Amino acid sequence: MKTTVKELPGETMELQMGPSHPATHGTIKFNLKLEGEKVLDCDVEVGFLHRGFAKSCEQATWTQVIPYTDRLNYASPLINNVGYAMAVEKLLGIETPPRCRFIRVIVSELSRIFDHLTCCGMSASELGAITVGFYMMEARELIMRIVEAVTGARLTVTYVRIGGLKHDLPHDFDDQVGRAFEKVRRILADCDRLLSRNRIFIDRVSNVGVISKETALAYGLTGPLLRATGVSYDVRKADPYLVYNQMEFEVPLGVKGDNYDRFVVRIQEIEQSMRIVEQALKRLPPGPIMLEDPRIALPEKEKVYNSIEGLMNHFKLIMEGIKVPPGEVYFAVEGGNGELGFYIVSDGGGRPYRIRVRPPSFIGMSAFHEMIKGHMVADIVPTFGMINMIGGECDR
Amino acid sequence: MERVNPTIEYLQEKFAAKILDSHAFRGDDTIVISGAGLREFFRSLKEDPKLDFNFLTDITAVDYLGKKEPRFEVVYHLYSLLLKHRLRIKVPVPEEDPVVESLTPLWRGADWLERAVWDMFGIRFHGHPDLRRILLYEEFQGYPLRKDYPVNQCQPLVPEREVQDTFVDQRSHNKLMQLQHNIGAKSRS
Repeated sequence: MKTTVKELPGETMELQMGPSHPATHGTIKFNLKLEGEKVLDCDVEVGFLHRGFAKSCEQATWTQVIPYTDRLNYASPLINNVGYAMAVEKLLGIETPPRCRFIRVIVSELSRIFDHLTCCGMSASELGAITVGFYMMEARELIMRIVEAVTGARLTVTYVRIGGLKHDLPHDFDDQVGRAFEKVRRILADCDRLLSRNRIFIDRVSNVGVISKETALAYGLTGPLLRATGVSYDVRKADPYLVYNQMEFEVPLGVKGDNYDRFVVRIQEIEQSMRIVEQALKRLPPGPIMLEDPRIALPEKEKVYNSIEGLMNHFKLIMEGIKVPPGEVYFAVEGGNGELGFYIVSDGGGRPYRIRVRPPSFIGMSAFHEMIKGHMVADIVPTFGMINMIGGECDR
Repeated sequence: MERVNPTIEYLQEKFAAKILDSHAFRGDDTIVISGAGLREFFRSLKEDPKLDFNFLTDITAVDYLGKKEPRFEVVYHLYSLLLKHRLRIKVPVPEEDPVVESLTPLWRGADWLERAVWDMFGIRFHGHPDLRRILLYEEFQGYPLRKDYPVNQCQPLVPEREVQDTFVDQRSHNKLMQLQHNIGAKSRS
């Protein structure tokens, strides 16, 4: 018997998903237009975590902005620290000592591993692969322990200073990293066995959230979102900062630009980041970690307590801030989610005149409707997960 | 200013009438242009093979209240993926009529970036398809990143928005009708 499929007359339904939805790890609202379960259009509402980052920065001294930058992308606070400090250093026209540059690379890459593990682990567990979620959480914890040993904090690190770093690496840092990376690699291998050829997982992410090369460029996407489409743009390669030009690493690329490619790009980037950390540790030169310039670096406590010059120097730097010459610069680093740029304007005072952050996840979210149009409601979860929107950075 | 820059030199040759000022402070190529014919200028930046600025990195604005005239500057950052160079373009915008042309026909990514500038500075973008606030809410008064917006300013409480025609709404309405119908039926008997 032949059955005829009759097209049911559909009515578009408007559905509001969020702002607090258990499947979206972030405060965001999707105003969906649905036909049955198919998404016809999606209007994304952001800003629920807006706290006036730029306005707050204008009230603070240049150094006091660093803790605010921790709270941008709180999955990779060290990259934010580095990006901001380097933007100010560019405006000051100074260069940090070699040891500091190597340590900045190491901590940035640790942060990137942390960021990718968070993104991949959370996305996998949202799709039901909770085991992978927990495994990656364990790997994340190993990295977190190292970050904690270096900076003394887990998330709000405030480790980088303008002109250097807060303090040096702990004495057994090499061992800690070696042991942690061994375990991380084992965990990643386990996750690979669990997911990479897993039918359920691949069906959920493959060919979902596809974005073409041209569309990705039109939206200004960067990071894993852009690289998954096959465009090789990584700020670390295109415009090498710190000592990235001395490091050997590859930029993993995708083919189709779907969620599976994004996932694979991120997982491969973890391995590349570990390579960079190991190379940087091998070549780590001795020396100071802070610039010796009394106009920028705080004096030693010994001098502050025992001499009037030291005390005055300390007082001036704390109360008035570092004097940054008038002008404007744009400086970009490769964040966990893409190009993290800082555009800063100084009027010559101790406080920033204007700080603008180019937030990669905000720009990623602006292309979200392109990715999800024509897919199912259930596809929102993996697509949103692979953008890795971090409210702190998207909404500032 | 600091060094002779090939990109800026080329731009000045080609668009001598458009460019008001240029510099390369700290290695950042910067040009200042007037707002008239902005979109066409950007189109030629994008399509000229010698410039090839195919990637819109960022759009933002700066408020120079009492420091510069005109008061605002809209700042664009372009990048060329092929030639690997950056360019900053600044467009002065007067306070009385803060409008610039929208770049959404050239780069779709300009949509949210321009909405964010409208949200924070109150600069309108002519030709933008959907210029709404983005990070703040519709009822927000003022533009917070303007320098004359006090940092401790309080916003008035706004009434809750009416929710209409939702699924839940319709269902409770149907229930109410049913209930009224039942009660009516009972009282008749």
